Amino acid sequence: METIFQAVLLMFNWPVLVALLIGSIGGVVIGAIPGVGPAVAIAILLPATFSMEPLVGLTLLLGIYGSSMYGGSLPAILINTPGTAVNALTTYDGYPMTRRGEALRALGLAYGASFFGAVLSILILILLSPVLAKVAPMFGSREIFLAALLGIILVIIAHKGQMAAAGMLAGLGILLQSVGMEPVNYTMRYTFGLDWLTSGLDLIVVVLGLFALSQAFQLIVEPDSAPDAQPVSGSMFRAMCEIWKYRRTAATGGGFGVLMGIIPGVGEFTAQFLSYTAARKRSKTPEMFGRGSPEGLVASESANNAVPAAAMIPLLALGIPGEALTAMMLSVFYVHNVVPGPGLFQNRLDFVYALYLSLLLLNVIVILWMVVSSNLLIRIIRIPTRFLGMAILVLSFVGVYSLRNSAMDCMIAAGFGVFGLILKRLNLPTVPIILGMVLGGIMEVKLRASMGRIDSLLDFVNRPIAALLVLAIIVIVVQSIRTSIGDLRVRHEESNKPQQNKA
Amino acid sequence: MQRVLNFLALFRRERKPGDLIFAVGFLVLALACLVAVPWQAQFLGKKSLVEEPGFWPSVGVVMMVVFGAIHFVCTWNAPRLPGRLKEVIVWARSLEFVVWFIVYVAAVPVIGYLPATLLFALLLTLRAGYRSLQMLGAAAGLALVTVLVFKTGLGVKLPAGAVYQYLPEGIRSFVMVNF
Repeated sequence: METIFQAVLLMFNWPVLVALLIGSIGGVVIGAIPGVGPAVAIAILLPATFSMEPLVGLTLLLGIYGSSMYGGSLPAILINTPGTAVNALTTYDGYPMTRRGEALRALGLAYGASFFGAVLSILILILLSPVLAKVAPMFGSREIFLAALLGIILVIIAHKGQMAAAGMLAGLGILLQSVGMEPVNYTMRYTFGLDWLTSGLDLIVVVLGLFALSQAFQLIVEPDSAPDAQPVSGSMFRAMCEIWKYRRTAATGGGFGVLMGIIPGVGEFTAQFLSYTAARKRSKTPEMFGRGSPEGLVASESANNAVPAAAMIPLLALGIPGEALTAMMLSVFYVHNVVPGPGLFQNRLDFVYALYLSLLLLNVIVILWMVVSSNLLIRIIRIPTRFLGMAILVLSFVGVYSLRNSAMDCMIAAGFGVFGLILKRLNLPTVPIILGMVLGGIMEVKLRASMGRIDSLLDFVNRPIAALLVLAIIVIVVQSIRTSIGDLRVRHEESNKPQQNKA
Repeated sequence: MQRVLNFLALFRRERKPGDLIFAVGFLVLALACLVAVPWQAQFLGKKSLVEEPGFWPSVGVVMMVVFGAIHFVCTWNAPRLPGRLKEVIVWARSLEFVVWFIVYVAAVPVIGYLPATLLFALLLTLRAGYRSLQMLGAAAGLALVTVLVFKTGLGVKLPAGAVYQYLPEGIRSFVMVNF
C-alpha cells in the first residue's frame, strides 16, 4: 500500500501530468492521421525525452503508444483506411457499419472496446505485479538470454508467409548491433577501417531511418491524396455505453491482447486474429463478420488496445522488448541509468506502479477526449499526404541531428530510410531488424555473462525457468516446422491437382 | 528435373514487382559479409566459441545468408509480375529527397536552425506540388512551431548558425540560444 502511495506521489507532479496529457492527446491525433503512426512519432520524440526525467519521458512515449490505436480506429471506420497498421482489422466491420449509416455506433463501440481492453490489461498487470516481483529475480543471465532467443524465434515465426524475410532481416539486425569496437577484447567488427563506424550504429539512428524517414520518403514519392470523411452527429458517450452489451467479447479480446502482449515478438496482429476468430465462433451471427458486425469490431479493438500494457511486462520485468515500440522505450531507460529487469521490481516498485497508473490515467484522458473530439480529428486527417511527408522530414531532422550533432548520423538514417522505403513497398517487415539489434545485443551480453557457470549444454537447463524456456523454444520450433511442412504438403497437393486433371 | 521443379514450387510466395532485385541484392550483401568474416570478425582462439568477438556478427551473417537464400529461392520461383523497372524508378526517386535532407542537414550549422527549417519546409512544399498560399503558410507555420517547440521550448541540442555571429550584439545570444 505504501508503494502505491509513493507511486501516486511520483506521478502527480506537473511535468508527468503534462507529459501524459500531451502524449495521450498527441497520440490520438498521430494515430488518426493515416501514414504517420506511433512508431514514427516515438522515433522522432525519443532523443527529446533524453533530457527529461525518466518517468516524464516514458509517460510521454507511453501516452503516444497507448492512445494511438484509439485514433487509428477513426479513419479505419469512416474512410476504410486504418490510421495505424494494427487498425486494419477494424476496417472489416467498421467501414461496412459506416456505409449502413451507423458511423456513430461503430466509433462508439470501437472507443468503448479499446477502453475496455486497455483497462482490463492494466488491471491484470497491477494484479500480476506481486507475482512478477517474485518471479523476475529468478531470471539470471542464462534465463534472460533464453527469453531473448525465444523472442527472436517468435518474431520470425510470427511473420507467417514471410518467415525467410523476417529471418534474414533479424540476422541483419544482429549484425548491425555488433558493428564497431567490441567492448571486451577491443577488436573491431565490420568497420571496414572506417572511423565513423568505430562507435557502432546507434539504434535510434536506425529506428528513425527505418520508421520515420522511410515513411516520409514514401509519402512524398507516391501520388498525393487527401482522405475525406463526413462528420458524425449524435451522442458519442451513449454510443460508447453500448459496449456493455458486448462485454464478453471485449473481455475475451482483452484476454488475448494480454496474453499475446506478454509474449515477446508476437503483439497486436496475432491477438486481434485470435480474438476475432474466437468471437466469430461464439457469435449467433457469424455470417455478419466482415460485413459490419459490431462483435467483430469489438473483438479486434479490445484485443489490440490490451497489448501496450501487457507488452510492458517483459520490458519491465526482464528488460526484453517484445516489439519495436517497446524496443525504442528501452533506450530511454538506459539513457537514465534505470535498468529494466528483475532489479527494477525489487528496488523501484514505486516507479513501476507509477507507470501502471499513468497507463490507467491516459486511457481515461483519451476516452474523455474521444467523446468530444471526433469531428475535430476528421478535419485533421484531411492533411494531404505529400505535405505530411515534408512534415515528417522536418521533424525527423530534430530526432537524428540532436543525438550527437552528427551529419554522418543523418546520412546513415537517410540510407536506412531508403532501405525502409524499399521494404515497405515490397510489403516486407522492418520490425525484425530492430528486434534483431536489441535482442542480439542482450543475447551477446547475457550469454557471455552466463558462460562462467556453464560447463556443458546441460547446465542450461539445470534451473526450472531455464528448463521451461528451453522446452518452450523446442516446442515452438518443432510445432512451427510441423505446421510449415503441413502447409507445404497442402500446396504440393494443390499444385499437383491440375496435372492429375489433365491426365 | 520435374522433382526439383516440384520441390521449388513448394516455396512459391506472393510476389511484388521488384522483389527479385531486392532478394538478389540482399543475398549478394549477405555473401559479401560472409566472405568478410575472416578479417572483419576476429576469432582469438578463446576456450569458448561464444566468447569470441567474431561469434555474434557471424551468427547474424549466417542468418542473413541462410534465410536470404531461402527468400531468394521463394521469390525466384514465384510467378513474375510486370512493373519491375517502374518499381526501381520509384526507389531511385526517393534519392532526390535524400539529397534534400542532406542539404538541410548541411545548412543548419551555417544559416541557423530557424532559417534552414523555414527554407526547407517552403521549398519542399513547392517541390511537392503545392502552390497555394494556404499550403505555403501551413509549411512556414509548421517550421516555426517545430523550432519553437524543440529548440526554444525543450532546449534540444542543435548548433547555432554561423551567420548568427553577424547579428547585432543585443539579440545575438538570444537568437543563438533559441533559434
